[in-house]
Amino acid sequence: MGPKSRMTLVLVLLGFVLCLFLERSGLLSAYVLQISMYVGINIILTLSLNLVNGYMGEFSVGHAGFMAIGAYVSSIITVRVFHNQMGPLVFPLAVIVAGIVTAATSFVVAFPSFRTRGDYLAIVTLAFNMIVKSVLENIDALGGPRGFMGMGRLTNLANVYAWCLVTIFVVRNLVYSNFGRAVLSIREDEVASNLVSVNTRQMKIMVFLIAAFFAGIAGALFAHVMQFINPRSFAIQKSTDILVMVYLGGIGSIFGSVLGATVCTVLLELLRPLGVWRWVVGPIMLVVLMICRPTGIMGLKELIGLIPREERVLVKKEETDVVTASN
Amino acid sequence: MITILLQQMLNGLQVGSVYALIALGYTMVYGILRLINFAHGDIFMISCYFGFFAACALLSNAIPTWLTFIATMMVSMLLTALVAVLIERVAYKPLRYAPKVSAVITALGIGLFLENFTLATLGPTPRGMPSLLPNVNYRLGALSLSSVQILIIIISIVLMILLDRVVQKTMTGMAMRAVSYDKTTASVMGVPVDRIISTTFAIGSAVAGAGGVLYSLAYPIINPYMGVKIGWWAFIAAVIGGIGNVRGAMLGAYILAFVEVFTPMVLPSSTYRDFVAFTVLLIVLVVRPTGLMGRVTAQKV
Amino acid sequence: MLSLLQIEGLTHFFGGLKAVSDFNLELSGGEVVGLIGPNGAGKTTVFNLITGVYKPSAGQIRFEGQELVGLQSCQIISTGIARTFQTIRLFRDLTVLDNVRLGHFSQARYGIRDALIRSGNFRDEEKRIKDKALELLEAFNLTRYAYVQAKALPYGEQRRLEIARALSSNPKLLLLDEPAAGMNPREIDELLERIAWLKDEFDLTIFLIEHQMRVVMGICERITVLDFGETIAVGAPREIQTHPRVLEAYLGKEVS
Repeated sequence: MGPKSRMTLVLVLLGFVLCLFLERSGLLSAYVLQISMYVGINIILTLSLNLVNGYMGEFSVGHAGFMAIGAYVSSIITVRVFHNQMGPLVFPLAVIVAGIVTAATSFVVAFPSFRTRGDYLAIVTLAFNMIVKSVLENIDALGGPRGFMGMGRLTNLANVYAWCLVTIFVVRNLVYSNFGRAVLSIREDEVASNLVSVNTRQMKIMVFLIAAFFAGIAGALFAHVMQFINPRSFAIQKSTDILVMVYLGGIGSIFGSVLGATVCTVLLELLRPLGVWRWVVGPIMLVVLMICRPTGIMGLKELIGLIPREERVLVKKEETDVVTASN
Repeated sequence: MITILLQQMLNGLQVGSVYALIALGYTMVYGILRLINFAHGDIFMISCYFGFFAACALLSNAIPTWLTFIATMMVSMLLTALVAVLIERVAYKPLRYAPKVSAVITALGIGLFLENFTLATLGPTPRGMPSLLPNVNYRLGALSLSSVQILIIIISIVLMILLDRVVQKTMTGMAMRAVSYDKTTASVMGVPVDRIISTTFAIGSAVAGAGGVLYSLAYPIINPYMGVKIGWWAFIAAVIGGIGNVRGAMLGAYILAFVEVFTPMVLPSSTYRDFVAFTVLLIVLVVRPTGLMGRVTAQKV
Repeated sequence: MLSLLQIEGLTHFFGGLKAVSDFNLELSGGEVVGLIGPNGAGKTTVFNLITGVYKPSAGQIRFEGQELVGLQSCQIISTGIARTFQTIRLFRDLTVLDNVRLGHFSQARYGIRDALIRSGNFRDEEKRIKDKALELLEAFNLTRYAYVQAKALPYGEQRRLEIARALSSNPKLLLLDEPAAGMNPREIDELLERIAWLKDEFDLTIFLIEHQMRVVMGICERITVLDFGETIAVGAPREIQTHPRVLEAYLGKEVS
C-alpha cells in the first residue's frame, strides 16, 4: 500500500469518526442530520443509476422500483422477522440482504435489454417500476396502499456514509477496468462492442445487478430513516427525481453524481420557504440548466482524485498530446 | 352476462376514445422528434382547465348549449395548441441537436412545471366542469347508453379519421412523415422543418385539448394531478400500438381501455388495473420490441 | 494447406428477399481473398453472417473445424476472427488507447473481484493489456494520438485505428469491409503496402470486400464475385478480369 492509499484510508476513517461525533454530540440539529442522510442516500441512488444511464448509455426510468424492493425487504426483516430486536446488529445484515434480493430482481430488466434498446427499454423499466408499485399496493400483509410502518430509526449518518463510500469505491474500481471500458463501449456502439469480443449480455447483467443492488441498499437505508414507507413513495416521481440528479450532475461522472445528488437535495430544502412555488421554480431551473448545459454540471468529466493513478497520468498527458496533435 | 359484457365494451369504447386522442399527441411528437414528450399528460390537464374556464365564461342563457359546447371545444383546442407550440419553441427547440436525454429530462421538467404551476395558481381544490349538454340516457334493451357517451365516441372517431387523413393525404402530412424519416434530407428538399415540427405539436395538442373537454364532460372533476394518471395510460397505449405510428396509437388506446374496464370483472379488485396494464405492456414489448404496429428497423452494420 | 474457414451453402433472407444464396468458400491459412460485386450484391451480409450479426437462414460456417452458426458475435470474435466496418464504427468518445484496449477484452484474465479490490493479478493484466495496446498503436503510427478521443482523429487515422482495434483481439482471420473507401490513389498505395505488411507481421489470413478494382487486383490471390446474392465467378484475378459474367454484371460498365 502506497503512502497515498494510506492517506486515503486515514481520511476515510476520520470521516467515519466525524460522522459518529456529529451524530452523538448534538452539534447538528435533527433536521440537518436528516437532510445529510437524505443527501447520502441520494448519492447512492444517483451513482447506481448513473452506472446504467451514464456509463452504459441505457435509459432506465424505473430506479425507484428497485429502491422499493430494498425498502420493503429490509423492513420485513427488521420488523417482522426480528420484531425490532437487536436492531443495530440485525440492521447491517438486513441492508445487505435487501441489496441482494433487489439485485436478483434486476433480471426482469436485464433480459429485455438484450433485444430492446433506447426508448423501448426505458418503457420496460417504467413498466417494472409501475408493476412493483402496483404489486405492493395489492399485498395486504404489507399494508397495501396504506404502507408499512414500525421500523426503528436504525439508519444513522455513519452507516449512510459507509455505504456511500462503498458505492463510490465499487463504481470507481469497476469503471476503470476492463469491465468499465466494455460498459462504456456499449454506450458508444453496442454492435461494434460485440464485434470486438465484448460479451455485451454479460456486461448488461453485471451493470443491472450492481445498480439494483445499490438501489436496494438505498431503499433499505431510506426505510429506516423515514420509519414509514408506502408504495407511493416509490412511484415514477421518485425515479424522476433520481434521473434529474444524474443528469444534473452529469452522466458518466462519479463526482458529478455526488454533486448532482447534493445540490438537488440541498437546493430543494433551501427552496422550502417558497411553499408550493418550490416545485414551480425547481423544474424551471432544471429546464434552464438543460438548455444551457445539456451534459449536466460535470458531463463525462471526472474529478482527478477519483481517477486511479495509472489512468490519471493519461489525463495529464492527454493535454500535452492534444497540443502536439494540433501542431 | 352478455349484457354486462356489451355494456363494458361500450364503456371501454368511450374510455379508449379519450385515451386515443391523448395517445395521438405522444405518438405524433415521438414520430417527428424521437422525443417522448413526458409533458403531454400535463398538457392534457391544462386543456381541461381551459375547457373549464371557457365553459364558465360562455355559459349563459343567451346562447344555446350546443353552441357553447362547440365554442368551448374550439377555445380549449386553440389555447392548448398555443401552449404546446410555446413549450416547443422555448424548451425543446434549443435542444434539438443536444443529447436526446437532455430533451427527455426537459420534458419531465416541463411536465412538473405545468402541474405545479397550476397547483400554485389555482390551488388543489378540484373544479367541477359545468354540464354543457343535456345528458339523456337511452336504453337499448338492457344496455344503457348516455348521449355524452355517444358524443365522445363519435367526435373522437371523427377526429381520428380526420387526423389520419391529414397525415396520409395532405402536403403537411407528407412533410411530417418526411421530417420524421430524416430531418436533414427533408430540410434539403425544401421542407420547412421548424414549421412542420411546430405544426405537429399544435395538432397533437389540439387533439389532446379536444380529449380534455370530452373527458371532463364524462368525468366532470378537474384537478392539477389528473394529467399524470391519464397521461401515463395514454402513453402506454401509444407504446403498445407502436409509438410513432398514428394508427397504432388508436389500436393501443382501445386495447388498454378494454384492459381497464375488464380487469375488475376478472380480478377481485380494481387496484389490479395498473398491474395488468403494465404487464400487458411488458409482454408486448418483449414479444414485439417496437410495439404492435411499430416499424421493425433492421440493424444496419 | 489446412483450411481455416469453410463456408457451405450459406443462405440468408431479409423478409422475402434473398440477400445471399448458396455461398461457398474455403480459406486456407495465409491467403488474401477478395469478395467483390456491385452495390447491394450481399457482400457485407456475408461478413455479418460470418461474425454472427445475422443468423443465416441456412448453411454452415466452420472456423478451424468449429461451427460458428448459432454463436454470439463476441464468441465468434474470440475464436480468432476480427473485422472492420464499411462505415467507420469507432467508440467515438473513448480515447484511441481505450479503443484498442477494448479489443483485448476477452483476453483479460481477471474477474470482477480482482477489479474491485485492485489485486496484483489485476494490475499485472492491466499493464500487460496497456503495453500491448501501446505496441499496436506504435505499429500503426498512432502513438501520438493515444489519449485523444477517437472522434478527433482525421479520417485516414480513424481507418487505421479501426484495423488496429480489430487486430488487438489477436485474430487469425481478418475481415476488411471496403478498407479503401474514400481514399485517394496515394492512400490506396499505402493501404496495399500496409495490408501486405499486416499479413506477414501478424500472420493473418485476410478476406476483404472491395469496390476498387485496383485494390482487389493488386493483392488478392483469389476472388469471389457476388451479384444479387449469387456467386457468379470464382478464380484468380486474371481469370475474373476476363470472366464474361463478371464483365456483364460488374466490370462491363467500367471496361466500356
